Amino acid sequence: MLNDQYYNRRFVISAIAVIIVVLFIIRLFFVQVVDDSAIEQADKMSLLRQTVYAPRGLIYDRNGELLVYNQPIYEITMSYREMGNTFDTAAFCYSLHISRETFEQRTAEIADRSKNPGFSRDVPQIFMTQLAAEDIAPLQESLDKFPGITIRKRTLRDYPYASAAQVLGSIGEVNKRDIEADNYYHSGDYSGREGIERTYERVLRGENGVEVLLRDNRGRIQGHYNNGLDDLPPVAGENLTLTLDIRLQMLAEELLQGKVGSVVAIEPATGEVLCMASNPTWDPKILVGRQRSVNYMQLLNDKTKPLMNRATQAQYSPGSTFKTLQALICLQEGAITTTKQYPCSGPGSTPIKCTHHHGSPVTLIGAIEQSCNPYFWCAYRDMLEKDGYGKNNEHFRHRYQLWCDDARSFGLGSRFDDSDISEQSTGKIPSPELYDRYYGKTGWRALTIRSNAIGQGEVLVTPLQLANLAATIANEGYYITPHLLRHDSMRTHIHQTVVEPRYFVPVKQGMTRVMTHGTGRHNALPDSIASAGKTGTVQNKGGRDHAIFIGFAPADNPQIAIAVVVENAGFGATWAAPIATLLEEQYLLGTVKRQDKKNQIASTVLNPNAKKFTH
Amino acid sequence: MRRSSPIRNIDWITVGLTMALIIFGWLNVYEASYTFDQTSILDFSYRSGKQFVWILSALVLGGVILLLDSRIFDFIAYFLYAALIVILLLTPFVAHDIKGSLSWISLGPVSLQPAEFAKCVTALALAKMMGSHDYRLRTWRDMVKPLLLMGAPMLIIMVMQKETGSAIILAAFLLMFYREGMTGYVLLTGVAAVVLFVTVIKFGTLVADIAIGAVLLAALVPRVVAFVRDKRQKRSRFARNRHPHVQIITFVILAAVAIGYSHACSFAFDHLPDHQRSRVEVLLGLKDDPQGAGYNVKQSLIAIGSGGLTGKGFLKGTQTKMHFVPEQATDFIFCTVGEEWGWLGSSGLLIVYLAFILRLIYLAERQRQRFALIYGYCVVSIFIAHLTINIGMVLGLLPVIGIPLPFISYGGSSIWGFTILLSIFLNLDAARLEKM
Repeated sequence: MLNDQYYNRRFVISAIAVIIVVLFIIRLFFVQVVDDSAIEQADKMSLLRQTVYAPRGLIYDRNGELLVYNQPIYEITMSYREMGNTFDTAAFCYSLHISRETFEQRTAEIADRSKNPGFSRDVPQIFMTQLAAEDIAPLQESLDKFPGITIRKRTLRDYPYASAAQVLGSIGEVNKRDIEADNYYHSGDYSGREGIERTYERVLRGENGVEVLLRDNRGRIQGHYNNGLDDLPPVAGENLTLTLDIRLQMLAEELLQGKVGSVVAIEPATGEVLCMASNPTWDPKILVGRQRSVNYMQLLNDKTKPLMNRATQAQYSPGSTFKTLQALICLQEGAITTTKQYPCSGPGSTPIKCTHHHGSPVTLIGAIEQSCNPYFWCAYRDMLEKDGYGKNNEHFRHRYQLWCDDARSFGLGSRFDDSDISEQSTGKIPSPELYDRYYGKTGWRALTIRSNAIGQGEVLVTPLQLANLAATIANEGYYITPHLLRHDSMRTHIHQTVVEPRYFVPVKQGMTRVMTHGTGRHNALPDSIASAGKTGTVQNKGGRDHAIFIGFAPADNPQIAIAVVVENAGFGATWAAPIATLLEEQYLLGTVKRQDKKNQIASTVLNPNAKKFTH
Repeated sequence: MRRSSPIRNIDWITVGLTMALIIFGWLNVYEASYTFDQTSILDFSYRSGKQFVWILSALVLGGVILLLDSRIFDFIAYFLYAALIVILLLTPFVAHDIKGSLSWISLGPVSLQPAEFAKCVTALALAKMMGSHDYRLRTWRDMVKPLLLMGAPMLIIMVMQKETGSAIILAAFLLMFYREGMTGYVLLTGVAAVVLFVTVIKFGTLVADIAIGAVLLAALVPRVVAFVRDKRQKRSRFARNRHPHVQIITFVILAAVAIGYSHACSFAFDHLPDHQRSRVEVLLGLKDDPQGAGYNVKQSLIAIGSGGLTGKGFLKGTQTKMHFVPEQATDFIFCTVGEEWGWLGSSGLLIVYLAFILRLIYLAERQRQRFALIYGYCVVSIFIAHLTINIGMVLGLLPVIGIPLPFISYGGSSIWGFTILLSIFLNLDAARLEKM
């Protein structure tokens, strides 16, 4: 209004309004744009990122038999804030059949930040886990009476066969190191611990999903944030088909009952591991669920070391089974021919006596058949001394190096690095440097290392390596890296040995004669299937001899190569050969005809401590 | 001359700005009360649907008011005022107790808050009284009658209905008094009182006393120096200040009053009910109590702050929807704006609001009748006060006083009250060119 002495005060009032609004906009700028802590705080309060567990891949054997599947389990989580003060503890405990003391102890435990650093009243905490469907049924029915309690479904492993525990491995909760090493994992996740579960963890685990849930001021879940558009559905893990034949595996474990030892069988043409058994063992079910840690500690502390997969981790002197390789190297390196003869004086032979009585002199095939120690000593000596010793022992050392290289070309002395078999030991092919350290460069000769000739010296092998040796002989010169995943890509790892194929023929003949005329003659296969093999009886300082056997069958068209080790059992021919040939029989014929033999072996207890751990 | 065309004379700019605020407010009510089973903004079992009904009825109400003969407001001002006082006095006896407040009365399915209409009716009464030809606000005595008119409903609402917010809002009329000639010192004193109060609570009476002393010295020293110099030079006749001693004594008295006030504040503060005292303490940053009194403000700031520059987007706010913010559809509706529309959206809303207020000031100044001008400034004062207190509260700058953000907050009484308040002014403005 003009002609008014206070007309100009409109400017003051307008200025007040402008200043207030500008102040607000500045304040908003600081609250919203400059300071971004509120975004994080808001997320923490109102959003709950909940893992949706991906179903783990299933595992089948080579014939499509299901070996490992998932069983649903349930876990009960509680959100402390949402539970509030009016929580009906009595009814809750009653529905779960737990005592009030258990409830109070557990809730106090969860809230103790020294034990549970991630505790938050807002985030659901795991109250009980690994419950069966029937355990939670009463609670499920009255769940709406218990605010803050949720039932989450997860899966655990289950096994139709109580078999192949060491091969399959198990899954367990990830530890701090796993989480640090791979940020995929969060506390409470499971991952493969040993065996196939660990090797193929990334394939089996799939991809966990995330649900972004909205949570109200009382901690109640109100649905999916942003209509679920931010959720990530889980991707199921891939199923695996193994090379194992579960029937063969079960028979192997049955035959090993009451004994400490292991069996590895390989299909020579493909390198596929048909069975891999180690005793003592356990029912894989016992490492699942709430009893896992107790049972695991029992396995860990047992003096028979059941957790060790003896098929891949135990190292033994190969004994007489090594003579097959010895023969191949000596042929290849020109030390012997198939007609070359060496004399044998039986137990009176020096420097190594013979443990068998047979005619003298013997040729290669006869020496293998009769496992003649003097023959292989002589052949070994001639191989190493072929060029003499030289001024500084250099010719001899060179020949020994050659011998090492030849032996290593069979996969001995190192792990199969291109294999998917976990937990392998290297075994040992002693290097010239090793003997140099003991004796000095010029201080050792063929005689010094004569025990190697008959597989009793510094040479160490694993049963897996022995089985691979059998497969290599069956293949006449090459092997495919033994593996457990049945997949074409695994068959491409072909390794040629330095020994020419023609030298394998006499060795195979010798091994065939072992099964007809030699140490294995009481273990012929039914239906006149010819098999080949070599027994070994390995002296060891600790106790009775280890019984060892390698072989393959049928001799003319090998379908299965096998190695058996029975610790402290005695003669290889008595304990290892029957197990191997029974398994060959099962694999080739689909059944065991020599039931008496099977029952006799299976029921013999050589070591009362060697048992199968079950519930 | 009868009004030729009320529609053509209506200030459509104000109407447009108002509609923009109302529609934006409605969207935010929908956002604030959105739940997952709600499908439509028009679902009448939810607040957005109810608000739609309130908005439609308010528009009808506003249209009816615009069509009234503008002289009727001057005519019925006192009657309405008398009726208001009676209704306000009766309300506590028929009201339901809602969170300690006795201000709501139920009329069938709807609840109304008569206090919301006190603003409009008191404004009309003040306009009628101060707009009469023989009234001029010149001396303190001229302030008595308007202060009584303003004070009566304030007192009833505060004491009997325990609605502090609605009562305090009426004090906004002081801004109109200022436009009408009240000395600016009253407003300054008000600001000084607040500053002093904060100083006392935050730093204690001693600091406040020292500060007052310092201000007193700063004011006195130059004047004493000038006084002495003038005496010596015998120039007092030409001196700008002919009565320096009067000024000096006034300053000293003012300082004494200020010191008395600060001690009174301190005493009163110590004797406040606990929950009110803690509210003030939390606001002043003396106490950190995220679960108690500070909870609302903290949650409000988190909600707004989490919006960032551009906001989380329509219906994507988490804090408001998950009930972390209390009163999110009513008094704390600005949180939804801040969270879902971000700094750009909330600043935009404030600027539209500012434009709306400045437009009202412009309209008020173009009136030819004092009645209309005074009423216009009453409307301006109310909107400035609501905006300041509501946003100040939500941003943690002012204590939590429960008053709505006009046209944005959910609530029937609120939207009706503001529509009536504004429509009357638009009616007066449309008729400004008519002869009385």
